Amino acid sequence: MKPYNNKAWWLVLPVFVLVAFSAIIPMMTVVNYSVQDIFDPSTRYFVGTEWYREILSDPRLHDSLVRQFIYSFCVLAIEIPLGIIVALSMPRRGLGVPVSLILLALPLLVPWNVVGTIWQIIGREDIGLYGSLLNGLGIDYNYASSPRDAWITVLIMDVWHWTSLVALLCYSGLRSIPDVYYQAARIDRASAWAVFRYIQLPKLKNVLLIAVMLRFMDSFMIYTEPFVLTGGGPGTATTFLSQTLTQMALGQFDLGRAAAFSLIYFLIILLVTWVFYTAMTHNDDKG
Amino acid sequence: MAEIRLAQLAHSYQDNPSAPEDYALRRMEHVWEQGGAYALLGPSGCGKSTLLNIMSGLLAPSEGEVLFDGKAVNALSPQQRNIAQVFQFPVVYDTMTVFDNLAFPLRNQGQPKATVEARVREVAAALEIEPLLTRKARNLTADEKQKVSMGRGLVRDDVAAILFDEPLTVIDPQLKWRLRRKLKEIHQRFNVTMVYVTHDQLEAATFADKIAVMYGGQIVQFGTPRELFETPRHTFVGYFIGSPGMNLLDLEIVAGRAHCHGLELALPEAWHARLAAQEGARLQLGIRPEFVELVPADEATLTGRVDLIQDQGSFKIVDVALTADPAQLIKVRVDEYKSLGEETVGLHLPEAWMRFYANDLLLEISDEAV
Repeated sequence: MKPYNNKAWWLVLPVFVLVAFSAIIPMMTVVNYSVQDIFDPSTRYFVGTEWYREILSDPRLHDSLVRQFIYSFCVLAIEIPLGIIVALSMPRRGLGVPVSLILLALPLLVPWNVVGTIWQIIGREDIGLYGSLLNGLGIDYNYASSPRDAWITVLIMDVWHWTSLVALLCYSGLRSIPDVYYQAARIDRASAWAVFRYIQLPKLKNVLLIAVMLRFMDSFMIYTEPFVLTGGGPGTATTFLSQTLTQMALGQFDLGRAAAFSLIYFLIILLVTWVFYTAMTHNDDKG
Repeated sequence: MAEIRLAQLAHSYQDNPSAPEDYALRRMEHVWEQGGAYALLGPSGCGKSTLLNIMSGLLAPSEGEVLFDGKAVNALSPQQRNIAQVFQFPVVYDTMTVFDNLAFPLRNQGQPKATVEARVREVAAALEIEPLLTRKARNLTADEKQKVSMGRGLVRDDVAAILFDEPLTVIDPQLKWRLRRKLKEIHQRFNVTMVYVTHDQLEAATFADKIAVMYGGQIVQFGTPRELFETPRHTFVGYFIGSPGMNLLDLEIVAGRAHCHGLELALPEAWHARLAAQEGARLQLGIRPEFVELVPADEATLTGRVDLIQDQGSFKIVDVALTADPAQLIKVRVDEYKSLGEETVGLHLPEAWMRFYANDLLLEISDEAV
C-alpha cells in the first residue's frame, strides 16, 4: 500500500486554529452562557431555554427589532437606488474617472465614530451647518429633542457614509459591460430605460446582491453612529438592536439573557440574508 | 432597403492625421447596391470593422459622407438609419426569453402584436430555433445565442441593410456551413442588402455575390469570387485569396526585355514593351499554384528542385526551389496520385495565367496590342 503523506495537515492547521479562536470558541461560549444563569464564576445554574423564552417575549426586543427592520429597510431603499444612480452618472473615461473614484472613496475611509461626531456637529441647531441652515429656513429641526429628527439624522449619516460603497460596486459592474451591448441596443432602438432594464440591471445583479447583503448586515448591526449622536435617544428613538444588547450585557451584566439575545440576533441576520440571496438568485437556473 | 454609397470616405482614430498611415480607412469611393449580398474580406486590423461601424452609424467618419439612396446620413444615429447589425460575439438580453429577444427590435418600433408574433415565428423557423423560443436567453449555448443575435438582425423587414461583423466566429464548422446557407436563403427571400465582414475567404465566397477585399484601410478589389481568383488587381489579393496564395516572382528589365531570375520570359512583344515602360517600379509576375505545370526538366527553361511536399488529402502542394535562385520558392498544386521525390523538375508557366504587377498594382494591356 502506498504510504500517505500527512504533512498537509500541518499546513491547514493555522487556519483551523485561527477560525477556532476567532469564531467557534467565542460562539460556543455564548451558547454556553445562554443556557445558564450566572451570578459569579463559581455560582451558576443550568436554566435550559428559559432565557430564550423570556427574550422572545420581551417588549424591549420587539420594539428595537421593529425599529431595526424599519431602519435597515430605509437604508436599503435609499442607498441601493441612489448608488445605482450615482454609478450611472459617473464618467466612463477621462480625468473624471480617478477624480470621482477618489471623491467617492473618501467617506468610506472615515471611521464610524468620526462620522457620528461630524454629523453631531453639522446637525446642531445653534452652530451646525445643516442644523442652523434648516432652522434658518424655518424648518424646526433638533435631533437632541425630536425622536423623528434624531432618527432621520442617523439615516442620513448612514447614507452619507455608505452610498459610495454601493456606487463603487455598481460602477465596477457597469464597467464590465462590453460596449457591444450598448451598440446592439442602439441598433435595436432600445430606449434609455430599456437599456437600463435589460442590459445594465441584469449585469449589475451580482454586485447588487453583494451590496444588498453587505448593507443589510452592516445597517442591522449599527451601533456607533446613534451612540455617538444621542446615545440611542431621545428616549429610545435610535436605540437599535446592538445597543439594546450592549446595555443588557455590559450595563446590567445580564450575561445569560444577553447571550440568548445575541444568538437570536445572529439567526435573524442569517435568515434575512439567506432570504435575500435566495430571492435574488432563484431565477438563475430556470428557463 | 437602400443603396449605400461611401463618398470620399476616410477615417482616422487620431485627432490630427497627416500621413496616410494615420488613417484606419484611407479615402475611398464605394457603392453597395440595393439587394446585393456582399462580403468585406480582409486580415485583422485592415479596417473592415471600422468601415462597418461607420456604415451603421456607431462611428462617425472623420472625413467624407455615407449616403443611403443618395441622402447623406452622417448625422443620423443607427436607429434613424434603420440598420441592423450582428456582432462578432453573441449579444443577447439575458433576462428575456428567446421570443422576447427576437421581438425586442419590433416592439421598440411599436409594431402591432400580430406582426411581431408572425415575424418572430418566421425568423425562428428560418434559423431553426423554434424549440428555444420559450427558453431564457441566458441559458443558451454560444451557437444558440449567436443565432438569436442574428435573428434580431433579421427580424425587422424594413431595414436599409443588414451588416454582419464576423458573425460565425464562435460557431463550429458544421453549423457554420448551414448558417451561411440559411443567410443566403434569407437574403434571396427578403431581397435586403447584406454586408458580411469576415477574414475567411471561403466564408466570403460562399455567402457573397461580390467580395470587397480590404488591405491597409483600402478596398483593393471589388469583384466576384472568380474575378478575385483569376485576376487579382493587387498582389495582396493574389496572396490573400486562394490556398495557398499566388506565387509572386520578381522581374527585372534587361535591355528592354522582361527577365525572371535571369531567364527571359517568353511573352508577346507588347508585354515586353509594357513592362519595360514601367522600369524603376517594383515589377512582379504572379501566377496561381493551380496554373503552374510540372514538366520534365529537360523540356523547360525554368527548372527547380522539389523542396517540400504537403499532402492536402485530395491534392498536393509542392514547393519548388528555383535552380537559378534556391531562395525563391514556387508553389505548385499537383494531383494526389502523382508521385514525386526530391528531384529536379521543369516548370511551365502558361501565358494566359500570368499576371504582372508594378508596385503591387495589376498591369493591363488591351487585347489588340497583343
